[in-house]
Amino acid sequence: MVPVSYYVALSAVLFTIGVVGVLTRRNAIIIFMSIELMLNSANLLFVAFSRILFDLGGQIFVFFVMTVAAAEVAVGLALIVIVFRTKKSINIDEVSSLKG
Amino acid sequence: MLLSEATPSGFFNLVPWIVFAPLIGLLVNLVIGKRVGERGIGIIASTASGLAFVVSLLMVFSLQGNHHEAVTVTLADWITIGDFHLPWEFRVDTLSVTMMLVVSGVGTLIHIYAAGYMHYDVRYKGDPKSYNRFFIYLNLFIAAMMILISGNSYLMLFVGWEGVGLCSFLLIGFWFTKNPDATEGTGNSYAAKKAFVANRVGDFGFLIAMFLTFWQFHSLSFDEVFKATGHYNGPEWVIWAIAGFMLLGVTGKSAQIPLYVWLPDAMAGPTPVSALIHAATMVTAGVYLITRSSPIFNAVEGVHTLVALVGAGTAFFAATIAVGQYDIKKVLAYSTVSQLGFMVAAVGMGAYVAGMFHLVTHAFFKALLFLGSGSVILAVERGHHPLEDDHDHQEDHGHGHGHDHEDDHHGEHFDPQDMRNMGGLRHKIPVTFWTYMMGTLALAGIPFFAGFWSKDEILVDALHFEGSKLIYPLLVAAAFLTAFYMGRQVWMVFFGEARHHAAEEAKESPKAMTYPLIALAFLSIFGGFMNWPFEGGHQFGHWLGYTIETALGHKLHVPEFEPMVALFATALAFLAILISWALYGHMPLKAGQIDPLQKSLKFVFTGMHHKWYIDEIYDFLVLRPYQRLAKFLAETLDWTFWHDWFHNKVIRDNFRRLTHFLANPVDLGLIDGIANGLAKVAQESAGVLSVLQTGFIRNYALSVFMGVIVILGYLIFQ
Repeated sequence: MVPVSYYVALSAVLFTIGVVGVLTRRNAIIIFMSIELMLNSANLLFVAFSRILFDLGGQIFVFFVMTVAAAEVAVGLALIVIVFRTKKSINIDEVSSLKG
Repeated sequence: MLLSEATPSGFFNLVPWIVFAPLIGLLVNLVIGKRVGERGIGIIASTASGLAFVVSLLMVFSLQGNHHEAVTVTLADWITIGDFHLPWEFRVDTLSVTMMLVVSGVGTLIHIYAAGYMHYDVRYKGDPKSYNRFFIYLNLFIAAMMILISGNSYLMLFVGWEGVGLCSFLLIGFWFTKNPDATEGTGNSYAAKKAFVANRVGDFGFLIAMFLTFWQFHSLSFDEVFKATGHYNGPEWVIWAIAGFMLLGVTGKSAQIPLYVWLPDAMAGPTPVSALIHAATMVTAGVYLITRSSPIFNAVEGVHTLVALVGAGTAFFAATIAVGQYDIKKVLAYSTVSQLGFMVAAVGMGAYVAGMFHLVTHAFFKALLFLGSGSVILAVERGHHPLEDDHDHQEDHGHGHGHDHEDDHHGEHFDPQDMRNMGGLRHKIPVTFWTYMMGTLALAGIPFFAGFWSKDEILVDALHFEGSKLIYPLLVAAAFLTAFYMGRQVWMVFFGEARHHAAEEAKESPKAMTYPLIALAFLSIFGGFMNWPFEGGHQFGHWLGYTIETALGHKLHVPEFEPMVALFATALAFLAILISWALYGHMPLKAGQIDPLQKSLKFVFTGMHHKWYIDEIYDFLVLRPYQRLAKFLAETLDWTFWHDWFHNKVIRDNFRRLTHFLANPVDLGLIDGIANGLAKVAQESAGVLSVLQTGFIRNYALSVFMGVIVILGYLIFQ
């Protein structure tokens, strides 16, 4: 068996990469990819603990998370398309009209 | 008498009508007076007064049926404070009924006279509408006087006392836009004010006496006070104080020294007023008061002497002034003061019956003399300036002259009251002349006339008075002067030749005026017999004495008739008349001639004529300092100090400073500062905090991430 701690470590690393991606990248699509990465790291963790604890609840929850991720991406990509139509760029540093 | 036996106590209950009949009379005149005309007004007023007289007569009969016992008729409850009760009670006893008869009897005659006299007076003064007002005031006076004499306590008496003072003021100043010599001015108002103020000083004394009485005896009701004084064993000074202050009140109302000064000025009022108020009734209120308060004045030795000296001194002093007067009414005014001195001296000595007897006879002949003088004045005035609708009672031989002279005399000022303008009137106004003679003889004390009996009784008492040996000489001297100045007056007015054309044209007065004169003349002649000082007489003494003896608790001394005293007084009176004839009757004064006494007595006569300058002395000693004090209090103290400095500077300016301080530094500075400061702080912090809103999504994401780390760290490491 692969010890749980490997899964946890992998999940943590993936999550960290995702966070760094969200915080540092300028491209909106890359930020979405990073968010997906974070969500998937959480999914990995769920599945890993579901296997260890012999509880299917974790794996069911993964389905919910995936669904939510998909929906969120749909909406987010639609927003990016609209922003691109106005600003001709998806550089999030330029979307700062709420500056005050 | 059948009537007295048939009288149950029922008639006593009618006594409130002595007050209410005149009151109703005045109300009726007030409401419908203008519609019923002068005749109606006169009839209503005289009937009201006559009704009061009828009720007084009923009281006489009722009292005689009641063995002269006093009766109290309660009308209403007035003051009830705890144990202190003071109801409005009418006291019906011989003393009050005597006064009632005098006031209403003489009063009714004067009402009838005034109905005739005022018809002319309102026209000579140019205000016919005042006729109604005069009779309203006269009836008010009768009502107030009745309250005074029928009261059963000092406070009720004081109500009437004040009321007659008010009526005196109203009637003296009846022609308040004119001077006493009928020119335009404020002289009459000044005289009225003087009367009221002088009376006020007396009232002050009376009030203090009442306060002391209440303090000592805890009651103001006559019965209770006199019961307590009967067996009085309190401090002596209280009685002295009560008697002394009451005497001050008497000197005010009854015109004695020192407060007599208002009475001569009161002659500014119409003549019926002088007759009624200032001869027969109001001025006798003081004598009545002392008689009523006999137990108080008897409680301590020595009070008698004080009162008697005041009275006798006034009697002599006023008589000297009367000698030097030229105005016919002023002579009679000072004569009244002098005769009141006789009365006050009498009751002061304890001779209450003699004093009251003189009060009654004096009312008769002094009212007669005043009304007669009014008739004389009117006659002369009508001779000087007849009215358009004047109805002559005798043939007017100077008719042609009358109208010519009118134009001459409009410029010069004519005083119809000045005796130097009269003379020879006995042929022109016979009825007035004969009645005036009767009055004069009565006043001078000629035997068998009314004044002789009453004055004689007083002189007998004065001779035997132990308190002071001065009383008798003073009174005898006053009697001598009385006969002299009356003689002087009669010679100057009625005898000799007319000194002014007005006296030549004088006309006799109408019947409304002469009939009361005749009635009063009868009373002046025969009135004295009510107290015939011989066996079987003394009717009045028995009648009146009962009440006083009941109050005092011992029998009164009835003076014997002393022929020597009577003879001496009569001789003096005849001597005085003889001297006055020698000076004024034998060689009558011509127009413009100086009075013979002025030539012989020189400065003494000047002093007498100028009333011994008492008014000037009072002005200097009392009035000027008082006015200076008032001016100081008003201008310096009240205006400059209180108003200008204290109110304006201290209070108002400091208040302004305070409000300015509160408005500017405190309100604007502090509070607005706080409010504005708070807003500025909010603004600045908002400015600071808005730096956080970069608009960069990555910054927001970072802050979310930081928050998560903090919370996780807290949860892990707690």
